[in-house]
Amino acid sequence: MTLSLSDPAWYPIASSDDLPFRHVYQGQLLGRELAVWRADDGNVNVWENRCLHRGVRLSIGINEGAELKCQYHGWRYANRSAGCTYIPAHPADAPARRIQNKIYPVAEAFGLVWSAAQDSDNIERPFAPFPGAESGQWFPLRPMPVNAAPEDVLAGLATLAPDDRPADSLPGLALRLGDVVYFVQPVDAGRAVIRGLLPSTPADATQALRHYNEMLSKLRDRLERAAAKKPAPEPLAPAFDKVSADLATMPDIAIPRGNTIPVVVKRKWTSADGVIGFELAAREGHLPTFQPGAHIDVHLPNGLIRQYSITNGPGELMSYIIGVKQESASKGGSKVLVETVRQGDMLAISEPRNNFPLRRDATRTVLIAGGIGITPLLSMARFLDKSSLPYELHYFTRACEQVAFRGDLEALHGTVLIHTGLPRAEIGTTISTALGAWSQAQHVYVCGPSAMLESVRTTAAAQGWPDEAIHFEYFKNDKPIDDSSAFDVELARSAMTLHVPAGKTILEVMRDAGLTVPSSCEQGACGTCLTTVIEGEVDHQDVYLNDSEKAANTCMMTCVSRAKSARLVLDI
Amino acid sequence: MPSIDPIDHIDPITRDLWQVIAATDELPVGQIQRTTLLDVPLAMTRDSAGLPVVWRRSDEEAGDDVDPENILDRLPVTTGYGFVWTSLGTPSAALFPIPEYAEADRKNMSCGSIGIHVSAPRAVENFLDMGHFPYVHTDILGAEPHTEVKEYDVEVSEERDEVLATRCRFMQPRAAKSATHAMEVEYVYRVPHPFCSVLYKSCPEDENRRDVIAIFLQPVSEDRCRAHLLQSMIDSTSTITDLRRFQQTIFGQDKPILENQYPKRLPLDPRAETPIRADKSAIAYRRWLSQKGITYGVIPMAS
Repeated sequence: MTLSLSDPAWYPIASSDDLPFRHVYQGQLLGRELAVWRADDGNVNVWENRCLHRGVRLSIGINEGAELKCQYHGWRYANRSAGCTYIPAHPADAPARRIQNKIYPVAEAFGLVWSAAQDSDNIERPFAPFPGAESGQWFPLRPMPVNAAPEDVLAGLATLAPDDRPADSLPGLALRLGDVVYFVQPVDAGRAVIRGLLPSTPADATQALRHYNEMLSKLRDRLERAAAKKPAPEPLAPAFDKVSADLATMPDIAIPRGNTIPVVVKRKWTSADGVIGFELAAREGHLPTFQPGAHIDVHLPNGLIRQYSITNGPGELMSYIIGVKQESASKGGSKVLVETVRQGDMLAISEPRNNFPLRRDATRTVLIAGGIGITPLLSMARFLDKSSLPYELHYFTRACEQVAFRGDLEALHGTVLIHTGLPRAEIGTTISTALGAWSQAQHVYVCGPSAMLESVRTTAAAQGWPDEAIHFEYFKNDKPIDDSSAFDVELARSAMTLHVPAGKTILEVMRDAGLTVPSSCEQGACGTCLTTVIEGEVDHQDVYLNDSEKAANTCMMTCVSRAKSARLVLDI
Repeated sequence: MPSIDPIDHIDPITRDLWQVIAATDELPVGQIQRTTLLDVPLAMTRDSAGLPVVWRRSDEEAGDDVDPENILDRLPVTTGYGFVWTSLGTPSAALFPIPEYAEADRKNMSCGSIGIHVSAPRAVENFLDMGHFPYVHTDILGAEPHTEVKEYDVEVSEERDEVLATRCRFMQPRAAKSATHAMEVEYVYRVPHPFCSVLYKSCPEDENRRDVIAIFLQPVSEDRCRAHLLQSMIDSTSTITDLRRFQQTIFGQDKPILENQYPKRLPLDPRAETPIRADKSAIAYRRWLSQKGITYGVIPMAS
């Protein structure tokens, strides 16, 4: 049997004991180096041992509990997805592009960690325990590394069997000697690790471990003497995958349109008076990487699309938790979610998008939430918590019963101050005290009703906070729209040129001409009508695109934005 | 198997360059020292006039006495910035210029030659990089939370055939031996040679002048190099030993990171790694190497 780089079989690559709290273990399988780490939620990650940025081994990185931090430039990669969530060299930017490390499938069983050279997004052969696994309470032996070809190591193990009771071959590089099962981990063409399992925990575990260790040491010495007499096999040469073309060209800003993702409403509960919590779980595997401050579009059963912030902490990708405000005067978005969507229902959501990125380079971070605005700030507080960064979270509600996610807030380690039922004037002074005077590297993030947003902005400005230190997100476009311009749009794919007069939007003109184009909020806030711009200068009036995306002039919202040039060419 | 001359594996551009091999002062007179350049074993010494003599070695041992007069088959040699440079091909007349080196009041010093198990271009790229300061040179050249790499300018100077990065700024707790408090430091980087880089940084002692730190990489093999460090400082108080120790501390922090970089040769395919805006200088450097046709110590773009 010769080793193949593409052998999809599962092999043990580590003992469970190799993954203590906040450690990163360096493993190897079929020539591929692996960074193996356990997150605080218990999940084991098996990743290619290489930061996508400059190729530094991730096994020398720092396990922060929910993210792995590269030693070289501090890039953070999320538990489960290995998606990059933060690039410290550009602290104000959300990593807009999907930077995701290569991950391998993982299973933990019998005190061993198993992996396979398969694409973990598309596992062709799922993990299956070895024949007879169900009959034992398995106890792992100490691993024995051997500098010899894995197939020779397997043959060597077979020679340990007494003449009258030969070894039973098991699938893959494994065999059974009496009631002990041995696996050979093919590290590389000329290197292997023997990993054995006893069928139960022996009475004297230390004594048993020593006994097997001595036996396997003798075998190792014999195998290595034999290997030294043979020419060393050529090491396997795994290739590194190329990064996607859009990651290779640097400055272009790509705006992911993304496909929708089906999710199941796993839990729906009343989080507080007027706030309903929804836990949206992936149907299989995990959901995409998100950054603190990110939101998702939720496609509702009545065709509407609404945006909700993700409240999760770092590396929590099995489900997203959102909070929905129960509004009596709701336009029909929240109302549908609250009244008709039930536990077990399917919904479609977009990939997470972040217009509210959190800098992790602040010496002081102030988070100010009003009512349902707590949702993105809860996520931010959780990220800061995990990185042990200082923050103060101020949460304003009208009444005690309206405090949502109370249990989650109590679990935070930072300063969390809940202000309930304050009169208007006192809200103002509380905000003013909370902000204090500004100094270098302090940032404030605010989310809540527009009155609160305005109050924080004006108070902060009055107390010396510069614009770039005040962060907020619009879910509604309250800016007056200037629709006085008139211009032509050329629709490249439809081979059509239309005139857009003052007082009409591009979207309306396209609909009048018989085109079907998707839209939702029609106020430049939701991103549904995002359109690629081929030529011409856009007059952006939306609140969906961020400043750098607007400056890139590569796409626009046809529901509110217009042209500065006489002519626009759109990819429609 | 017929023996193959390692010189045949070197691309012609690299072969014709001047390559650094030793600090001149550290080369003994009349005694052999050994080194390896581009996989080619070399022997070197200095003659009675103090001038370096370099040749391809066979069985010479380090420390052997030698009469340089007997060495006939010599490689080209020049000295510059305190170092000995040789070439395995036909080098240009002059080494790239560092005019500041000649200023009378500067403290010029070599800061040691340090072996690194990584290719020379990877080490150059690390020298150009500011983003790693808070993580690798914590509390010296950078510290969290000041991690931002601000926009800077990069050009490839046609006239001088070098990569030039200007307006590079970074917040540093202790930018130099003579610095006592955090300051935003301004850098200018030059890459005047595929395996050498020169850095100019704000000088804590005189705001009108700049300290010069240069790294000259000796490509030992495709995935090993020796880093020779030069400092040319405006510093009236520190001793040469202090200044050297400072630079060696910095380099000692870089070495383990560089040795954990894979692949060890620098990949020139833009899709091999993931650049960000902070990496503009590295991207320009990779393109410049590609356009020059350098293949030694790099993984060339698949054609």
